[in-house]
Amino acid sequence: MSDLLEKTAAPARPLDTGGLFPPVSAIDIEAQGVAKSFGATPIFSDVSFRLARAEAVALVGANGTGKSTLLRCLMGLIPTSSGKVTLLGQNASSAKGKALRVLRARIGLVSQKHNLVPRLSVLSNVIHGLLGQRPGPRHWSHTFAPVASREAGMQALEKVGLDGFALRRADRLSGGQSQRVAIARAIVGNPEILIADEPCASLDPAAGEDVMELFFKLAKDKGVTVVFTSHNIAHALQYGDRVIGLADGAIKLDATAASLRPADLRGLYD
Amino acid sequence: MTSITAPGRYERPSAFSFLGYALGLTLILWCLAGAGFSLEKMATAPPRFADFLDRAFPPNTDPKTLQRLGWKMVETLQIAVAGAVIGVILSVPIALLAAQGLVAGTWVNQFVRTLLGFIRAVPDIAWALVFVVAVGLGPFAGMLAIAVDTIGFCGRFFADDMEGTDKGPAESLTATGARKLDVVACATIPAAMPAFISTALFALEKAVRSSTILGLVGAGGIGIELKVGFDLFDYPTAMTVVLMIAVVVIGIEYLSGWARNKVIGEQR
Repeated sequence: MSDLLEKTAAPARPLDTGGLFPPVSAIDIEAQGVAKSFGATPIFSDVSFRLARAEAVALVGANGTGKSTLLRCLMGLIPTSSGKVTLLGQNASSAKGKALRVLRARIGLVSQKHNLVPRLSVLSNVIHGLLGQRPGPRHWSHTFAPVASREAGMQALEKVGLDGFALRRADRLSGGQSQRVAIARAIVGNPEILIADEPCASLDPAAGEDVMELFFKLAKDKGVTVVFTSHNIAHALQYGDRVIGLADGAIKLDATAASLRPADLRGLYD
Repeated sequence: MTSITAPGRYERPSAFSFLGYALGLTLILWCLAGAGFSLEKMATAPPRFADFLDRAFPPNTDPKTLQRLGWKMVETLQIAVAGAVIGVILSVPIALLAAQGLVAGTWVNQFVRTLLGFIRAVPDIAWALVFVVAVGLGPFAGMLAIAVDTIGFCGRFFADDMEGTDKGPAESLTATGARKLDVVACATIPAAMPAFISTALFALEKAVRSSTILGLVGAGGIGIELKVGFDLFDYPTAMTVVLMIAVVVIGIEYLSGWARNKVIGEQR
């Protein structure tokens, strides 16, 4: 395992996506020497990688290695302790206020716990995904939303197969349906990057498989760059073009999914 | 049988604990003395109370009196409902400023929370006195007193309710690039709504109880009838007022409890 890790670890190099990966026309996500600690507790340090446009990257590692924290750092939801994050060609680490909001509006997030607003309708929840691009009270509820936003919301629901559930309260949905609505909310604004934090962790295996298939079908159809975390090794290898492994507070693995076997990833959990 | 023995039932307190108990007991005795506690008065009170009941019963059921008191009770409820509704509505933006991590910084949070603490520290009857001076005698002063008292109560609890909501939906909306105000309106307030409604119903109950005594200081409502009844030794009328207040307050509490159960039931 350690041989493989040393062999595949990919230092960030200018103008390409890493040691093993061919040069590409556009880099959507770049982390340079990113470190994060909570108080005196370091989570990870010196994390560097470049993700090309339309690439699907699985972020794997044991509990507590900082996968979710890294995703939050990438989106600017929490500040990095050091290092630089570049999203869609813009410095996300230094972006603040409106500049950061405009940048986030080009990214979609799907969380492990779905994070829908329970008392509101499915359609209102989906329309909330447009708030970054179209702020203001008209997008607080589907009742007041402009026709174009309602249509966009319904189209997103149709893509996840839930257009018949538009007026149902979000807390009346099953886990799989909730996650589909969360995906609809993430894609309604046509994001250029999709970030998913263990999107099927709270679902049963069949529902989890459905959600992953749907999520990656939608992402591939639109040529969207995807970063997702997963404890499911099969998912990481099946849906990721590339796998980045975190362990002991650093990147220990960075390789194409095609070059890896499940046994290679299991070492990250030892 | 084993040779294991149970520990003693009591442990000898340490000198520090003993000093604490002694200080606590002294404090209670000091407070009782300050409150004029008197066993002699306790012993003579029941006959006097029985004499009051004897003079108060039967309550005054004269139709004209009942009609006058009924309208005063309606005015009391109007003061309570109008004051509580205005107070609850104004509490929402104030609570947004008081809640940490929502729309305002720490200094603003602390300032607004201190202000709400001050409002709560002043009793509703004192607010009524202030507003009687400011706007004159009558129900408007009472309504303003109830509104301010409600802001002190709801402002603090609404802020606590919002701080206690699940942060997940708010984070997901923040991730879409939504503004803070949009995040609060779409995620935080809907999540806190059941708690808001429950707190607002408690505020209404409190307002109805408070509004029944605001008349004592000239701020409208049925309280003035209670004062006049006692001042003129018209105990049957005073008893009618007391019974009307009890019926209305208990009725509002039942109504509020029913509404609260409906809201919590929907949440389930």
